[in-house]
Amino acid sequence: MSGGAQPLAPWRWLGVPMVQVMAITFLFALPIRFWGVGLPEPVFALPVAFAWAVIRPSMLAPVGVMLMGLYLDLLWGSPLGLWAVCLLLPYGLVLSGRAMLAGQNRLMMWAWYSAATGLALGSGYLFTMLDAQNAPNPLSVFWQFLATVVLYPFADRLIDRFEDADVRFR
Amino acid sequence: MSLRDNPLGELRVPLTWTAGIVLIVVLITSVAILLSDRREDFDTDAYGRPRTLSDRVLEPVGEIASTPGRLTGQGIDGVRGYFFAVSENRRLKAELKTMRQWQDAALALRDTNERYRALLDLKTDPPISMASARIVTDSRGPFANSRLANAGAEKGIKAGNPVMSENGLVGRVIGVTEGVSRVLLLTDVASRTPVMVDRTNARAILTGDGGPNPRLEYLRGQSPVKSGDRVLTSGDGGVFPRGLPVGVAVQGLDGRWRVVLASDRAPVDYVRILLFQDFTQLVNTAGLEKMDVPPPTPGASTLPAPAPAAAAPAPAATAQPQPPGSRPAPPRPAAATP
Repeated sequence: MSGGAQPLAPWRWLGVPMVQVMAITFLFALPIRFWGVGLPEPVFALPVAFAWAVIRPSMLAPVGVMLMGLYLDLLWGSPLGLWAVCLLLPYGLVLSGRAMLAGQNRLMMWAWYSAATGLALGSGYLFTMLDAQNAPNPLSVFWQFLATVVLYPFADRLIDRFEDADVRFR
Repeated sequence: MSLRDNPLGELRVPLTWTAGIVLIVVLITSVAILLSDRREDFDTDAYGRPRTLSDRVLEPVGEIASTPGRLTGQGIDGVRGYFFAVSENRRLKAELKTMRQWQDAALALRDTNERYRALLDLKTDPPISMASARIVTDSRGPFANSRLANAGAEKGIKAGNPVMSENGLVGRVIGVTEGVSRVLLLTDVASRTPVMVDRTNARAILTGDGGPNPRLEYLRGQSPVKSGDRVLTSGDGGVFPRGLPVGVAVQGLDGRWRVVLASDRAPVDYVRILLFQDFTQLVNTAGLEKMDVPPPTPGASTLPAPAPAAAAPAPAATAQPQPPGSRPAPPRPAAATP
């Protein structure tokens, strides 16, 4: 049996990216400043959640998305469950529109990824407003949106690497 | 029995369905977790065990991970100090000259102040002890602005304690455990701080919104604030002591009054946590609750109408001795008769 005919091991496309996301998010949460300016705070988990939904449906992926969200909440100190919900919503949307996304060019996929990022941050805005009885600053939300949208190449790399890796989903 | 012999062996549920079901279950679980969260409560129990445990784990990891950056920064500062020693010396001499004048003024004012206090027999606030800590992680997003500091319950830190940098107020402690405390910054969307404008004594609530400059809300009166006014904590509500420097008022592009935080003048690497306890926290509430309740006021409309035989004359009732600690009943207006 050739190596390509084997089913895709979950740790390769779920476990490793999840650990990488956790590590890089932690690095960006360190109080480091360059020339007096702090690092941006992009949501590194979003490209991974987007790529997982595009690559294939999975029973483990939603659990992984939730774990990443809870990790973000614990690290950043946001209400527990906020980022889990904010990541699961775009994941579910992309998963349901997976057939539509298949075969589209990179620019179009970037546009879809931007829409998914907008959904995640928009739902975060709404839930925070309801929880804190106070509207977050739209400009701060926009900066985080920009910092996250530019991360699409990471999602693209993950999709390229694993989209055809499992023979059952070719 | 092998899988092929099993009559249910051929029964297969499509993966898309099962993935969808798992997604819905996980989403419902996450929403339930979100609804049960009470992170901004002052109570450590409400802060939650998962948060306490994760803070305990994150603190040493953050400490180790931030060490190279910190050492590099200190090295760069050392080299910069070496090369700019002459200009720094000149600047410090000029500053010292100004400060000497201020020192004379301060000594005269202190003397006057002490005499006034002695004359008026004023009861001043006791000095507040502090604990120093270093920041090990920092979140700057629109939905959460908090930091982990490497000092916790072992130094007497409690939830609600104010946190200051060398320049001004940073926030307050919302969660604490051994060796680590989480600081909710003034810029966090859940942060509300009672403040006052130094010039006019006008009160406001400083409300964070995830941006760098929190808003001044509930300002009352005509033009209570001008651009450049100093903003201090008012001490209202007993969460913060009065007079801690917060920042300077500015008018935002949206026309709202905002505050440029004093703590933003320099990176917040080290903080001082004030072990402040207000009267409302120190007071023995259990003792207050045990106090005798004053007797009901005769003739009050809330009481049932007394039986004619049992009704005592009003002067006799008012002459009854009251238990210690009870307050006299306030005078009530006479009932209007048509």
